[in-house]
Amino acid sequence: MMRFMLLFSRQGRLRLQKWFTAISEREKKKIIREMTTMVLARPPRTCNFLRWKDLKIVYKRYASLYFCLGVEDEENELLALEIIHRYVELLDKYFGNVCELDIIFNFEKAYFILDEFLMGGEIQETSKQIVNRAIESSDMLQEDDHSEWYDVELFG
Amino acid sequence: MPAPIRLRELIRTIRTARTQAEEREMIQKECAAIRSSFREEDNTYRCRNVAKLLYMHMLGYPAHFGQLECLKLIASQKFTDKRIGYLGAMLLLDERQDVHLLMTNCIKNDLNHSTQYVQGLALCTLGCMGSSEMCRDLAGEVEKLLKTSNSYLRKKAALCAVHVIRKVPELMEMFLPATKNLLSEKNHGVLHTSVVLLTEMCERSPDMLSHFRKLVPQLVRILKNLIMSGYSPEHDVSGISDPFLQVRILRLLRILGKNDDDSSEAMNDILAQVATNTETSKNVGNAILYETVLTIMDIKSESGLRVLAINILGRFLLNNDKNIRYVALTSLLKTVQTDHNAVQRHRSTIVDCLKDLDVSIKRRAMELSFALVNGNNIRGMMKELLYFLDSCDPDFKADCASGVFLAAEKYAPSKRWHIDTIMRVLTTAGSYVRDDSVPNLIQLITNSVEMHAYTVQRLYKALLDDISQQPLVQVASWCIGEYGDLLVSGQCEEEEPIQVTEDEVLDVLEGLLVSNLSTPVTRGYSLTAIMKLSTRFSSVNRIKKVVSIYGSSIDVELQQRAVEYNALFKKYDHMRPALLERMPIMEKSASNGPTEIVQTNGEAEPSAVESKHPPPVTQPTNQVRTILNTVFIGIPPMTAYSKNGLKIDFTFERANPNPNIAVITIHATNSTEAEMTDFVFQAAVPKTFQLQLLSPSSNVVPALNQGTVTQVIRVLNQQKQQLRMRIKLTYTHKGSAVQDLAEVNNFPPQSWQ
Repeated sequence: MMRFMLLFSRQGRLRLQKWFTAISEREKKKIIREMTTMVLARPPRTCNFLRWKDLKIVYKRYASLYFCLGVEDEENELLALEIIHRYVELLDKYFGNVCELDIIFNFEKAYFILDEFLMGGEIQETSKQIVNRAIESSDMLQEDDHSEWYDVELFG
Repeated sequence: MPAPIRLRELIRTIRTARTQAEEREMIQKECAAIRSSFREEDNTYRCRNVAKLLYMHMLGYPAHFGQLECLKLIASQKFTDKRIGYLGAMLLLDERQDVHLLMTNCIKNDLNHSTQYVQGLALCTLGCMGSSEMCRDLAGEVEKLLKTSNSYLRKKAALCAVHVIRKVPELMEMFLPATKNLLSEKNHGVLHTSVVLLTEMCERSPDMLSHFRKLVPQLVRILKNLIMSGYSPEHDVSGISDPFLQVRILRLLRILGKNDDDSSEAMNDILAQVATNTETSKNVGNAILYETVLTIMDIKSESGLRVLAINILGRFLLNNDKNIRYVALTSLLKTVQTDHNAVQRHRSTIVDCLKDLDVSIKRRAMELSFALVNGNNIRGMMKELLYFLDSCDPDFKADCASGVFLAAEKYAPSKRWHIDTIMRVLTTAGSYVRDDSVPNLIQLITNSVEMHAYTVQRLYKALLDDISQQPLVQVASWCIGEYGDLLVSGQCEEEEPIQVTEDEVLDVLEGLLVSNLSTPVTRGYSLTAIMKLSTRFSSVNRIKKVVSIYGSSIDVELQQRAVEYNALFKKYDHMRPALLERMPIMEKSASNGPTEIVQTNGEAEPSAVESKHPPPVTQPTNQVRTILNTVFIGIPPMTAYSKNGLKIDFTFERANPNPNIAVITIHATNSTEAEMTDFVFQAAVPKTFQLQLLSPSSNVVPALNQGTVTQVIRVLNQQKQQLRMRIKLTYTHKGSAVQDLAEVNNFPPQSWQ
């Protein structure tokens, strides 16, 4: 399973943190510090994998954001890169040419999208369209908060 | 009270802060406003306030006062509130918080909500961070949802079940019925999460594993469809249909096929198909190939398939993509033990990876290279590895040096080659070798008798070049101290002997003493070396002077040595030659001694061990420990007496400073079922010896080898005669007095020579 996903800028500012195990605030802060230091120190054109304690760290840079996944030993690193890429595609589709500012100003949406894609450290849905439709429908529900509930069917 | 500012407004404001202090001030102000808003129980803006709090939490500021507010949001009827409330719960309310359990009821209600997106939020929260208690309470709800026909909920319920099982493994059984039809789903989301659930169950329970083996044909079919079916826009990634699902199925197949011939055979064809048909131009195809290789190597695949897998890894090694090379090296490292020959075929490619620029790849290549070294390729491999040692980063040098030493020890084609290799390591990476290499190397050098002159000459020349690398300097000092006579007499056969005088050698050693580069340990080595040369060189006066100077050194260790060596010159000069003579060959600490003793305990006893109980396990280790304490000196222990269940072992030490005194410790053990009381050990030696018996540890030898009585004997053997001893044993056993006399003649030569 995946243990955590972190997004941070090139200056080391945290933009998103998703933890899939229960650890203390102090421990989280320590991990964030170590991840940002380790990943930002990597020279260019090195491979995207690191070993850290008993975990594999898979990271990839997209524009000004670093996506960093901490996964357990039996996970497939090459697939982890695909997971990161899939999340970026989902964000891109939702925000339309996503950039770091979108994630800063709409961090809660970034979380909502992530929560439709991953859960409990595993992949929840492998279809891009289904994830997008779920988010759109949920957004519509938010808008309809003034009126009563009604069932939104997932098309298709 | 004006409406609290909007989230995006706050973010914009905070980002205008130019300093950390300014940001902190803004945050504190806003937190105060939020706190008062919470106190007023403001329902309208609670959502907005919590969202702002979550933003500030991400910046690193405390947000615990928002925990209860998250609970209130979750309990609200509005979807917006619930969305933010559950997000807040996932960020602030993990199982370590006291109020975590208060969520349980809300989650339970929301799991039964009429809107699937609310149910989804509840499942997601439970599945990400539900505590064990919460999982126990809500497992039933999750199980219900696992059987729903709504695929959106079913996939979430499956992953939620995975989390429940991870937290409360005993609950695994209750999900078993619901797994019945999971794989007949067409929906990929449900299929994927079902495979994850099945994997989790199989990994945790051997019974589940056997139960689910029957799914292998179905899994093979699904995988086949994924590969053979045409383009599916919904799941396509660079021309491959749902790679995430493919990889997950391959992983489950791996678990099911491991150690099972039938399952392995059933999946053989599909694995071969995936291995040969997957497109390798993009990362995603290689991800699938990688997983396939891992599966092939783990199950009982036929040899053709295994070779195919290793060849795929070999091809990966030549790929331009660093990630792929990295992954190949990691996998080869895992298989090098089991498929050694197949991996050997790719040795040259692996060795080329030592020159890769990427640090992670270099490290893997180094580890793999060491694993591939054998008697046939040692010379070639060592050349490459030594070249690598020269040029690699400091982080690698310690591990590489250790690896080189180990490989050299195992496969050295000749002693000269071995010593040359060690010299090369010491001179190129001398400061990085581990501390324990110094004694190991010294032992190796001592035991290569014919190479002494060559070794000391090379080490001396190395010292002339560079005295900064401490392990090199220490080994060199020790050797010069031992073999300095060979150095000045120019006896080297292996290479051109150098011309060096005693004074030059002493200059070098004294130079080490004063140099700032030398550590205290190194200084100790050089002082001792100088001292030893007093029996090998003729310039004794110079040495005496040096030693006396250091008698007042600030370094306590040096001072002590110097004072004792001084004493050696003055009062004990007659002992100096014997004390400083050539070291004997050192036996390695893993000698035959301990294992022999252990084997004779309780098994080879000729006097019948009446007890029917097996001998207790603790006793042999006690023996081994005491034996090991003395074995390092190099004199093997011996059994002096063994009769009627009483066994007496002797262990030896050399007394310092007098080498003519043998210190023998007797170890008396009793393997009968009754203890031996009033135990007295007496010994007598021939007239040319002197004997001193110290007090015993006790007079009772416990039964069944449960304890040992020890006693120390000191024997002065000034004339170096063969040691013989008569011993008398008296004790009370089962009410009657026992007395026995015996001669001990089997002393090892080293104890009296």
